[in-house]
Amino acid sequence: MSKLIEVAGLSKTFTLHQQHGVVLNVLRELSFSVAAGECLVLHGHSGAGKSTLLRTLYGNYLPAGGSIRLRHRDAWLELVGATPRQILEVRRQSLGYVSQFLRVIPRVSTLDVVMEPALARGWSKIDAEARGKQLLTRLNIPEALWQLAPGTFSGGEQQRVNIARGFMVTWPLMLLDEPTASLDEANRQVVLELIGEAKAAGAALIGIFHDRAAREAVADHYLDMTPATPAPQEYCYAG
Amino acid sequence: MNGLNPNAASQAAGALESGYNFAYLDEQTKRMIRRGLLKAVAVPGYQVPFGGREMPLPYGWGTGGMQLSAAILGADDVLKVIDQGADDTTNAVSIRRFFARTAGVATTTRTPEATVIQTRHRIPETPLHGEQILVFQVPIPEPLRFIEPSETETRTMHALGDYGVMHVKLYEDIATFGHIATSYAYPVTVDERYVMDPSPIPKFDNPKLHMSPALMLFGAGREKRLYAVPPFTEVVSLDFADHPFAVQRWEENCAFCGSHDSYLDELIVDDAGSKRFVCSDTDYCMQRREPFEPQQEVGQ
Amino acid sequence: MSAAELIHGAAVELDQPLFSVHDLTRLYGPEKGCQGVSFDLYPGEVLGIVGESGSGKSTLLSLLSGRCAPDRGQVSYRGKDGAMLDLYAASEAQRRTLLRTEWGFVEQNPRDGLRMGVSAGANIGERLMAQGVRHYGQLRAAGIDWLQQVEIDPMRIDDLPRTFSGGMQQRLQIARNLVSSPRLVFMDEPTGGLDVSVQARLLDLLRGLVRDLDLAVVIVTHDLAVARLLADRLMVMRRSHVVEAGLTDQILDDPQHPYSQLLVSSVLQP
Repeated sequence: MSKLIEVAGLSKTFTLHQQHGVVLNVLRELSFSVAAGECLVLHGHSGAGKSTLLRTLYGNYLPAGGSIRLRHRDAWLELVGATPRQILEVRRQSLGYVSQFLRVIPRVSTLDVVMEPALARGWSKIDAEARGKQLLTRLNIPEALWQLAPGTFSGGEQQRVNIARGFMVTWPLMLLDEPTASLDEANRQVVLELIGEAKAAGAALIGIFHDRAAREAVADHYLDMTPATPAPQEYCYAG
Repeated sequence: MNGLNPNAASQAAGALESGYNFAYLDEQTKRMIRRGLLKAVAVPGYQVPFGGREMPLPYGWGTGGMQLSAAILGADDVLKVIDQGADDTTNAVSIRRFFARTAGVATTTRTPEATVIQTRHRIPETPLHGEQILVFQVPIPEPLRFIEPSETETRTMHALGDYGVMHVKLYEDIATFGHIATSYAYPVTVDERYVMDPSPIPKFDNPKLHMSPALMLFGAGREKRLYAVPPFTEVVSLDFADHPFAVQRWEENCAFCGSHDSYLDELIVDDAGSKRFVCSDTDYCMQRREPFEPQQEVGQ
Repeated sequence: MSAAELIHGAAVELDQPLFSVHDLTRLYGPEKGCQGVSFDLYPGEVLGIVGESGSGKSTLLSLLSGRCAPDRGQVSYRGKDGAMLDLYAASEAQRRTLLRTEWGFVEQNPRDGLRMGVSAGANIGERLMAQGVRHYGQLRAAGIDWLQQVEIDPMRIDDLPRTFSGGMQQRLQIARNLVSSPRLVFMDEPTGGLDVSVQARLLDLLRGLVRDLDLAVVIVTHDLAVARLLADRLMVMRRSHVVEAGLTDQILDDPQHPYSQLLVSSVLQP
């Protein structure tokens, strides 16, 4: 299968200038790759830097060194050192990210939150609405809530709204940060189906799944992130 | 005094006063104003600053117009002065007598016989000819002033032709009254370049500015600005395509002369509130009533 | 996915910078003003400038919009006709034309950006009139359309801005700027003086307009939440220098410079 992302020698450090310049080495020399239709599951205990890795891959955290190359518009693009404009373009077209936390925008309705990635790609409003409603129905968000801003929803509802948003458009490459955490059995099953469909469509996935059943259902490979000799302060920051 | 009709160009009231320079202002001042006028004629509609002098009457009584008249009057000129179209109001009479006494020029009330006509707020109904100069008394020369208080800014706006705000005022008129309610001091574009305030003449008179054979000079005494519309210059009143410029019309005719195409003043003639409409231009009205009788100077 | 998506994508690929800034400097005193600022802005991109009061944000905005001249540096703008214009070499007339056609400027205080003495409709129509629209009906239609777009009751088209609330005035100012379909809009703390609830509504409106109209925006704000919501990327200014620049969420979630870290850690949940 063709590789969609190749990571080589990736490190991430945090320098805490407000705390006497303490330097935390969270990721050290990570190398891996993921091919189309595969799911790589990050493995390691809390604090091993799994979320940090996903955020670094997404460009949310600035890598300290190494290389992240991914397929974007039929070419390889190096994300380390890429311009903000390139990263935004990659996020719009090639790289999806689903976390368990929804960043609520005041006054924007649930349906609009879900539709946004499609509108950003230039879909028509009609197409985007159809797809958004279908996903919300599938994830058991009552229709009565669609026109409300999700700020007042329960944690589980917000999470499902965020998942609908994440799967709104097809991504060649998806990052999943515990998408099934704290979901009930029925909804977890829906999310696993969505992940399965994305894989079948040829997406490469990198995910964190604490729930063993979910992990085993989707994983093709594992990346062990347990540090050889963890420094104590790394526990207090990462994770 | 001059070769025109000796009846119409009547002798000035009182003899030429001694002790004054010709037409009151000193020659240096008159030259300075004439240089300003040449510039104004060369750049139609552009406001030229000039070193305005104190005149022996208050601002607002036509000091700007008088300084321009003083600068252009020659010994053989025939002067007519009107105020709102009338030759016989205090302001018109005083200014006419002022120049008769300080310059000894002939005066007249007959529009066709005058060579210089100083006016406040009207253009005569009788068409002007190429041998005449019309001098307007201007209170506020800056057409942009109503919306832009800064002089630096209005000058920049003129320089850059940045005239969008002029239509803002007309827009507001239509939005408020359903039509362009500005009825006097109606802004015009001169020679496709400068927007100009034609002084508070009724917009009825605006079409007379366009391609006029007579030279039009404008003087603002308090603001010390003068500007000009040379003969045969395009003068276009601002408007909207769907609300074109239009002048006032009256159902009535003049109660004296029966004119139906001159600018009419409304008079309340009795305690019952009865109205009559009469010509604002007294000379025009007189000529229509007594076309063959020579006029005597009125208001003396 | 759809044809529209392909066209949109292709257009983005072909784009040249709309606005290029190189080594822009103007100092009023040591570290007062701004110095050495360079960046490129692309169509549809929103750049946030953050930093504390006196860090040089507003000076930078004045320089960028051509309201004052720099000590050194260049700003060039690619016009609708595709030609690059050197902002400071251009004539005052060209700059003014830009500022009322292809550019917009949203002031912090709507009183500075509106004509308070004329109606809402006239405020919206002014740019069109300046561009030569001489049809009252068209101006009226544009006024009603834009009042609706900024969520003001069109019935209020003939009301004076002073009868509007602060939030409405700000929305009116935005409409007044956007009516000429600008490609680049400068905003100086647009939500500065507003209540939190009113702010949210305005931000939501701005987000929608920026996306729908493909506007490039330079927005100065000291509110990091506003920056996160609107800006694609950020420049952090301190004492006249840009200390850090990059993707908005990266700067807010993983700030590198000591001052950025202090700024981010000083606010509650940006």
